[in-house]
Amino acid sequence: MSPVELFSLPFMQRALIAALLTGLAAPAIGTFLVQRRLALMGDGIGHVAVTGLALGLLTGRSPVWAAVIVAVAGAVLIEVIRERGDTNGDVALALLFYGGLAGGIFLTGLGGESAASLNRYLFGSLTSMSVDDVIVTMVLAIAVVGLCVGLAPQLFAVAQDQEFARVAGLRVRSYNLLVAVLAAVSVTVAMRTVGLLLVSALMVVPVATAQQLTRSFRATITAAMAVGVVASVGGLVVAAFASYRATVAPGPTIVLLALACYVVAWPIGIWTRHRARLRQPFAEGEPATHEACDEHPHDHGPGCGHLAVPHDDHVDYVHDGHRHAAHGAHYDEH
Amino acid sequence: MSGQPSAPAVAIADGSVALGGRPVLRRVDLSVAPGEFLALMGANGSGKSTLVRALVGLRPLVSGEVTLFGTPLDRYDEWSRVGYVPQRATAAAGVPASVWEVVAAGRLTRRRLLRPLSRTDRAAITDALEVVDLADRRREAVGNLSGGQQQRVLIARALAGEPELFFLDEPTAGVDLPNQQVLADTLAKLKERGATIVLVAHELGPLAPLVDRAVVMRDGRVAYDGAPLRDHEVHQPWLGEPHTHHHHDHHDHAGDVRRPRTDHVPHVASPLDGPGERR
Repeated sequence: MSPVELFSLPFMQRALIAALLTGLAAPAIGTFLVQRRLALMGDGIGHVAVTGLALGLLTGRSPVWAAVIVAVAGAVLIEVIRERGDTNGDVALALLFYGGLAGGIFLTGLGGESAASLNRYLFGSLTSMSVDDVIVTMVLAIAVVGLCVGLAPQLFAVAQDQEFARVAGLRVRSYNLLVAVLAAVSVTVAMRTVGLLLVSALMVVPVATAQQLTRSFRATITAAMAVGVVASVGGLVVAAFASYRATVAPGPTIVLLALACYVVAWPIGIWTRHRARLRQPFAEGEPATHEACDEHPHDHGPGCGHLAVPHDDHVDYVHDGHRHAAHGAHYDEH
Repeated sequence: MSGQPSAPAVAIADGSVALGGRPVLRRVDLSVAPGEFLALMGANGSGKSTLVRALVGLRPLVSGEVTLFGTPLDRYDEWSRVGYVPQRATAAAGVPASVWEVVAAGRLTRRRLLRPLSRTDRAAITDALEVVDLADRRREAVGNLSGGQQQRVLIARALAGEPELFFLDEPTAGVDLPNQQVLADTLAKLKERGATIVLVAHELGPLAPLVDRAVVMRDGRVAYDGAPLRDHEVHQPWLGEPHTHHHHDHHDHAGDVRRPRTDHVPHVASPLDGPGERR
């Protein structure tokens, strides 16, 4: 089968739509989670959602909707425990995580479901989505992206500084619950794409990648959504091509591709931060000392290859970690 | 529903706060007139930060009442008149944010949901950045600034909402002298504009000339309320840490000095936890 034929198959097109929307929605809400230093919350919700899935499978109802309901309940519970701010809040969260996972596996066993049916959700099954699944995914993902973008100023302020937001008259608790619910919805949306156990990766890794290179929140959330789309659509395409030769699951491919983006962005981020430090101007009003540097065979100037840093009324050139400034016929150390 | 024109900008009457069953503020009475510059001073743990947090509604009172512009706190909703600068080591969070974005968050008190920034909003944000002298760094990530500059960003954020009443919680803590001077210039500009300012500070430094009135907290009570004190006076034994030896020399001092009567008795006289702690 040629690649063109492969991508014209309906199941493949459904998978592409689902991957695209998941790639947009998961990093959008993930940015607010990372901003609040709750990067692992998605993981916790994912574990709780396993119980929901198993309940759905056991009772013969829609596993996706059961997962949505239980994940939302779990997210709200996590948020309540977090807000209480008990000293051992993280332990309480861990209890919830493992309770969710163990409960799910236990219930699946009770129902006599084969491991394969749960596996579909634990590790994703992008290519087995029905038309209904795709419609549900589209509605939920568009709702998540719409709320994240529309309420971005409020959600940003609350995640940046809760106390300030409260004194500014924002309903901080409602916004926190909204973030928890949106996170739960994205977890269940991404469940079919990358699977519950890898959901958090799609919420966090694109954000971590984006913030290597960005200096503003708006740029971070935009870049994270772009990385998310590239990773999820790219991962699906890579998996589809690789499937000519071997069995490649799209879920792990998507996550690995996102991680690859991070690996590329990380050194660039280190380099730009290093450069930003070099560029940092001196504090104003520092005492001027005159210290001429040794033999200097090189003439600094525009395009000489050394980083130019404005310093009061002249320009310094960064040379081997020193700052050189022209002074008559020689250079001074600045 | 705005308060009476003659009402104090902020007042607390008979206010008590308990943290985890321990009283932190004990029956504090304080009233700040519009246009006043009040410095709240005292040793660590004296309750000065708790008092400010109670005044803006971040700490529930177990007894007493706070009024903002004459309106009780639980019915108060004109938050655009209040600017709060919390005590923070950093203005950064888990994701990079530019200086402009953090300051723009202060404008939310005046913005409606799902509306883009208006021209007035943008002008207020630019003005706030100019007042703290950071307009040229608006695009930089807030985490890349020095501690003093981040403190100025937090002040600009409060300024962006164009409030009349400012609460600043230790804005000078860990800030170098040049940045403290910029801070003092900023607060002088606010004072000129007629703002009411409640400033929590361990030491005033360059801010001292601005202060109209000093309140020294000690052990959850107001120990001194009167004319501005110099830094070294605040740390006089009769105002300083509990359980030090005090020389009874307060005849030399002006102002309403209360004798530290409770120094050598157990401090928890009665548990202040009332029924139904409000959040």
